[in-house]
Amino acid sequence: MSAVVFARHAMTPAERLRDAGWVAFVGLILGIPLVGLTTVDVGGRLGVETRFGLLVAAVAAVFAGRLLLRWSIDQARNRKLARDQASTATAADRAHGAQKVVTVLGWVALGASIALPIFYSDNRYVVDTATTVLIYVMLGWGLNVVVGLAGLLDLGYVAFYAVGAYSYALLSTQFGWSFWEALPVSGALAATFGILLGYPILRLRGDYLAIVTLGFGEIIRIILVNWTEFSGGPNGISSIPRPSFFGLEFTRSAPEGSQTFAGFFGLDFSPMHRLIFLYYLILVLALLTHAFVSRLRKLPVGRAWEALREDEIACKAMGMNTTNIKLSAFAIGAMLGGFAGVFFAARQGFISPESFVFTESAIILAIVVLGGMGSQMGVVLAATLLVLIPEFGRNFAEYRMLLFGLAMVLIMVWKPGGLLAHREPTLRLNPLGKAASNKEAA
Amino acid sequence: MSKTPTSTLLSVRNLTMRFGGLTAIDDLSLEVPAGRITGIIGPNGAGKTTLFNCLTGFYKPTTGTLRLAHPSHGEMRLEALPSHRVARDAQVVRTFQNIRLFPKMTVLENLIVAQHNVLQRASKFSIAGLFSLPGYRQAEKNAIERAAMWLERLKLTHLADHAAGDLPYGIQRRIEIARALCVDPVLLCLDEPAAGLNPRESAELNELLLYLCGELGIAILLIEHDMSVVMNVSDHIGVISYGRKIAEGTPEQVKNDPQVIKAYLGEDEEEGEAAA
Repeated sequence: MSAVVFARHAMTPAERLRDAGWVAFVGLILGIPLVGLTTVDVGGRLGVETRFGLLVAAVAAVFAGRLLLRWSIDQARNRKLARDQASTATAADRAHGAQKVVTVLGWVALGASIALPIFYSDNRYVVDTATTVLIYVMLGWGLNVVVGLAGLLDLGYVAFYAVGAYSYALLSTQFGWSFWEALPVSGALAATFGILLGYPILRLRGDYLAIVTLGFGEIIRIILVNWTEFSGGPNGISSIPRPSFFGLEFTRSAPEGSQTFAGFFGLDFSPMHRLIFLYYLILVLALLTHAFVSRLRKLPVGRAWEALREDEIACKAMGMNTTNIKLSAFAIGAMLGGFAGVFFAARQGFISPESFVFTESAIILAIVVLGGMGSQMGVVLAATLLVLIPEFGRNFAEYRMLLFGLAMVLIMVWKPGGLLAHREPTLRLNPLGKAASNKEAA
Repeated sequence: MSKTPTSTLLSVRNLTMRFGGLTAIDDLSLEVPAGRITGIIGPNGAGKTTLFNCLTGFYKPTTGTLRLAHPSHGEMRLEALPSHRVARDAQVVRTFQNIRLFPKMTVLENLIVAQHNVLQRASKFSIAGLFSLPGYRQAEKNAIERAAMWLERLKLTHLADHAAGDLPYGIQRRIEIARALCVDPVLLCLDEPAAGLNPRESAELNELLLYLCGELGIAILLIEHDMSVVMNVSDHIGVISYGRKIAEGTPEQVKNDPQVIKAYLGEDEEEGEAAA
């Protein structure tokens, strides 16, 4: 059986049928207790009922699904073979073409994200979800510095998100700081925490680093849960002030001596104004993050991060101070996470430790890995997918996380290096057009 | 090959390196002259690479001193420096036996990363770099020119924009040397640069080493098993076996030294029995 199920060669139709039959058989055995039998309440007692109709349908679905899967795998393999034989273009040329497509897609995505609230100006759900996507894009870009560029596996990234969110929440509720005053301070605070985390783990790599960062994330969360006088404990912090539009509040009526946003622009008050403002705010923050990280990547510090990911020992042999390089990666990644946290707190108006659990770290890491380590556009794609899949999955109720997991597995099977795994060099000796013409001449 | 005697660049005194009960280097003393090629040979496991690791700060020697007479900074004690300062401040730069490039980065990027410290200083905590100020732009331009110069010298220009890890082994060896040269070494330590090279590539390597040493005056410390390289280019050879220096001298002297022949070929069977 295993020989058929795990066959590496392309299958004949008969083989495919047999393979699907075996898989359906396994499905049947598993399905009898899982699907075929169900418990019902019979007058206060527990009774068992059979659902063989459903079971047959499930097994049939498994059979058909397996058949389709094998068929599409074979198709894909044949296509790839044909392409490899036919193509005379080098890998570099193909990568260059792909890079062009990605650039164009990036501009399209930017245009779409600017236009989105105009077309959905009265759809709260769409604007809210798009805002969530952008928060994850920003977090992904922040973590991309640490994991994607510097290659330091960080499973506790949510801690910096929490530091940013709680800094803003406390600074605004306790000291009356505005959003714009608190933003840089909270970012700096998160960066400080990044360095604090960075110091003890300078010598660690890989799995060991992951474990310690995981622990750090939990420490921050547990402190937030237990230090009630400081953070409000599990109750969190509520009525966090919302950011204003250059001093104009998004409220129905303004306090004495100031104006509302709607009143100033002569619009009818609508709660959507604030949502759209928040959307554009995170869009601007995310774009600034992108510009910042993309520029850093082309600077010595960015190249040093990538070199560190590639080979730490070679870095030392080149005279690079790996301590500083690691700390700068942690600090900048943490700062960007902190900024996202400030925005999160300002948008929600309420935060509690429940928003900063390990699952969040895992999702942000998944965004970076699925996107293709170090790829900025990949993060956008992966963040969009990972936020939207559970949203679409709402119709499937309790199966939505199953769907989510399945989608992740499929992406990794289809694209093991991430959605956009191509790495664009930070500088070139020969500009691309010239290189191509040289090749033709030769 | 009679060259005028030069001053000592590096002097290794009574170097010992122990790992637990294992003594990898045992009371080794060695002089590396400035502007010369010094070969280090010895059977596998003799402690040659350990010597390099001690020299370049990757290991802290158990005892012994490593004094470098740096042409501009005066005397430096290598055993007291962390590895990145050995390369940055003492300008003792090494390559690795099992090539350590930055495989996903392009050849040019590899060479630019090697100039990290110069560029990082010019980027002023990345602020000058972020805003692309003229000072930084100039530094970057110089770095690229420098890299391009070495690429040209090592006949790698056409591969500059390829990912280093995708290139053939022999070329990766050359890239590693080019990258080390971008650090601006006073002493270049090459760990088996000819390993895996074909005879033509080895001959090219010989030429390169003689050029670096003869024209540019870079002192080279060379670990090598390929005798066609070591014997042809070295001015002076030290032979190590079981962590001890068993012979030293010109290639001719070393070739005919009975101790060396014994270390490489083993003792003659009859003699061995007689000794027992």
